Amino acid sequence: MPKWFIEFPKEISFNIKDFIDEFINYLVVNWDAFFDGIKSFLKGFLNGIGYFIDRIPWWLLILLVFFLTWKMSGKVGRALLYSALLFSIGAMGLWPLMNTTLTVIVASVIISVIIGFPIGVLVASSNSLNAIMRPVLDFMQTMPAFVYLIPAAMLLGLGNVPAVIATTTYALPPLIRLTSHGIRQVDVEVTEAATAFGSTKWQALYKVQIPQALPTIMTGLNQTIMMAISMVVTCSMIGTTGLGQEVLISINRLETGRGFSAGISIVIMAIIIDRLTQGIIKKREVGNE
Amino acid sequence: MNSTINNIDKSNVINAINKGDINSKNNKNIIIEVKNLSKLYGANKVPAFEMMKNGTGKGEVAKKFGVTVAVNDISFEVERGKIFVLIGLSGSGKSTVVRCLNMLQKPTSGDILFEGKSILNFNKTELLNFRRYKVSMVFQNFGLMSHRNVLENVAYGLEVRGAKLEERTNKAMEMIEMVGLKGWEYKDVSQLSGGMRQRVGIARALANDPDVLLMDEPFSALDPLVRSDMQFELLSIQKKLNKTVVFITHDINEAFKLGDLVGIMKDGQLIQIDTPEGMSSNPANKYVENFINSADKAQIYSVKHIMLTPSCLIHSRDGVNNALKQMRVHGVSSAYVISEDMEFVGVLPLDNAVKVKAGEMSFNDSIIRDLPVTTEDTLISDLLPVAATARYPIAVVNEKNKLRGIVSKASVLSSLV
Repeated sequence: MPKWFIEFPKEISFNIKDFIDEFINYLVVNWDAFFDGIKSFLKGFLNGIGYFIDRIPWWLLILLVFFLTWKMSGKVGRALLYSALLFSIGAMGLWPLMNTTLTVIVASVIISVIIGFPIGVLVASSNSLNAIMRPVLDFMQTMPAFVYLIPAAMLLGLGNVPAVIATTTYALPPLIRLTSHGIRQVDVEVTEAATAFGSTKWQALYKVQIPQALPTIMTGLNQTIMMAISMVVTCSMIGTTGLGQEVLISINRLETGRGFSAGISIVIMAIIIDRLTQGIIKKREVGNE
Repeated sequence: MNSTINNIDKSNVINAINKGDINSKNNKNIIIEVKNLSKLYGANKVPAFEMMKNGTGKGEVAKKFGVTVAVNDISFEVERGKIFVLIGLSGSGKSTVVRCLNMLQKPTSGDILFEGKSILNFNKTELLNFRRYKVSMVFQNFGLMSHRNVLENVAYGLEVRGAKLEERTNKAMEMIEMVGLKGWEYKDVSQLSGGMRQRVGIARALANDPDVLLMDEPFSALDPLVRSDMQFELLSIQKKLNKTVVFITHDINEAFKLGDLVGIMKDGQLIQIDTPEGMSSNPANKYVENFINSADKAQIYSVKHIMLTPSCLIHSRDGVNNALKQMRVHGVSSAYVISEDMEFVGVLPLDNAVKVKAGEMSFNDSIIRDLPVTTEDTLISDLLPVAATARYPIAVVNEKNKLRGIVSKASVLSSLV
C-alpha cells in the first residue's frame, strides 16, 4: 500500500497562513494612522467609562444591586445574597480590579450594541443578507477566542484597547443573531397590521417590530454580556488588566488561592449581571403573555 | 354577472337574474372594482402566467413552472355601503384577494380600481395615504400589538398618520366605547378574551374612519356563541356607520347572514356572485349547491348556541321598586322574575311595574306567568314558531325549571340563514 493512501501527502499544500500574515502586516504598515485613530478613540472611550465606574462608591453599587434584585425577583433573601456576594469581592481586596474588568466589559457591550443592533435589524429585513451573515456569524462564534487576540494585539498593541476589540468581535454574534431572529419571528399578522394601517417601513420597525422583538433582543444582549465576561480572562494574555490578569499571574506563579479569589469574583460578577438582565427579560415577557 | 341587487324582494331578484336585465353601472355607486385579478406565487410566475393566459390549464402550469396559482382571473365589484362576502375553503385564494385590495400582496396581473383609480399605479405616498385614510383591515388572529394597551392599539392607525395625541385619544376612546369595551382602555391586550380582542381589532380598523373595512376571517378564531354576537354587532355597526365591508369567511352561515352579496371561490376562481337569496335558489353548479347544503347540516344550532344571560333579574320576593330600578339600570322594558331556587316564575313588564307602583295592580298579578319556555337543547328550527309570536325573549330553563338564560326573537331569527 502506498504511503499517501494513509498519510496526507505533503506535496499537496496551500498556505493561507502566509496570506493572512501578509494581510495583517499590510494593515499594520499601511493603515497605521487609521488604527492609531481607532486606538486613541477607544482609549478615550475606555477612560471615560473607567472614570465613571471608578467614581461609583462601593456601597452605592452594593445597594443598587440589592434594590434591583429585590425589585426584579421580589425576594429579599436573594437581594441580600447578591449584595453579600458583591461585598465579598471587595473583602477579597479585588474591588479595583473588578472595576477595571467591568470597564472593559461595559465598553465592549456598548460597542457591540452600537454595531450589532443595526446589523441585526438589517439582516432581518433581507433574506440575501441573512444568507451571507449566517456563515460569518458561525465563523465568528466557533473561532477559538484566543485567535482574535493576535490581530488585535498586532494592530492595536497591548493593553485594554485591543481587549475591547477582541471581546466585541467574540461577543457580537448572539446579539446580531437574536435581533434578527426576534424581528423575523414577530407575528405575520401583526406586521401586516402595521403595514395595512399605513405605517412607513421605518414606523413599522420602531413602533411595532422592534418592541415586539424586544424580549428576544434582550436575550441576545444577555448572551453578549455573558460572552464578554467569559472573554475577560482570555484577554489578559495580551496585557489586559483587571481580574483576568490576576488569574493569569496566579497561573504563572501557581498560586491557587489567588487564582480562585479572582475566579470567584468573575463568577459573582457574571451571576449578578446575568440575573439582573434576565430579570428584565422575564418582566417584559410576563407583560406580553 | 349579477352584481348588487339588494332591497328588492326575492322574486324580483330571480326575475332580474333570469332576464339578465341588470341595472347598468351608472346607477350604482361602485367603490371597488376588481378586474381579472390573478396572483401567482413562485420564481417563474411571469412566464407561467403568460402560458396560462394562452389557455394552458392551471394544474399543468403549476407543475411545469413550480408556481402556485392563488388567484386565477377573478373580477367583481363592491358597492359602497354594502357588505361583500368572499367565501371559500382554505386555499381557495380568498385571503389573497383581500390582501390585494390594500396591496399587502401585489397582484401578478389584472387591475383593482378604488373609486375609479387603479391602486396598482399608486406611488409610495399615495399607497400610504390610501391605507391611512381609505381602507383598514381586521385580521383572523387579531393582529394586535402586545406591547401596546387597548387604547394604543386602537389609536395606532391615527398615530402613524400623524394625528395629535389628544385627537387620537378622543377618537380611540369613542371607538372603544362603540365596540363595548369602555373601561378596558388601559388594559393590556393579553388580559382580554378572544371576542374582546377582536372588538379591539374592529375598533382599531374603525378609528381611521376608512371607507372600506377589509375583514379576513375576523370571527373564525372565536367560539360560536361569541361569533354570533360579533356578527350581530358588526351588522349594527355597519348600518350605523355605513361602511363598505369586504368580508372573508369559510362559514356559509356567516356569509349568508352578513353578506349583501356573496362570492364563492374555489381553487382561485370565483364560481358565483349573487345575493344569499339568489345563490340559495339558483346555485351555479353542484359545488355551490353542496356548499349551501353543508350550511343546512351545520345549521344544527340549538338554543344554547344563541342564548344570552338575562341582564335584568329580580326575585319574586323583591318589591316593585327594585324591579323598576333594575330595568332602568339595564335599559330594558321587562324583568325576569325568579324564585329563591332560580326557578323561572315569569316576566314583569315595565308597564305593569308602573301600574303596581301607582297602586293600580298588585305585584303578584303584574307578573306574566304562562309564558312559553324552552330548553338549551331545543333546535332553533323548532323554536321558530314560538319565537315568531313571543312578546318577550323566551326563557331557557333546565329540567328542574331553573332559569338558564334567555333567547331573544332577534337572535333566533338572525341565527337562521
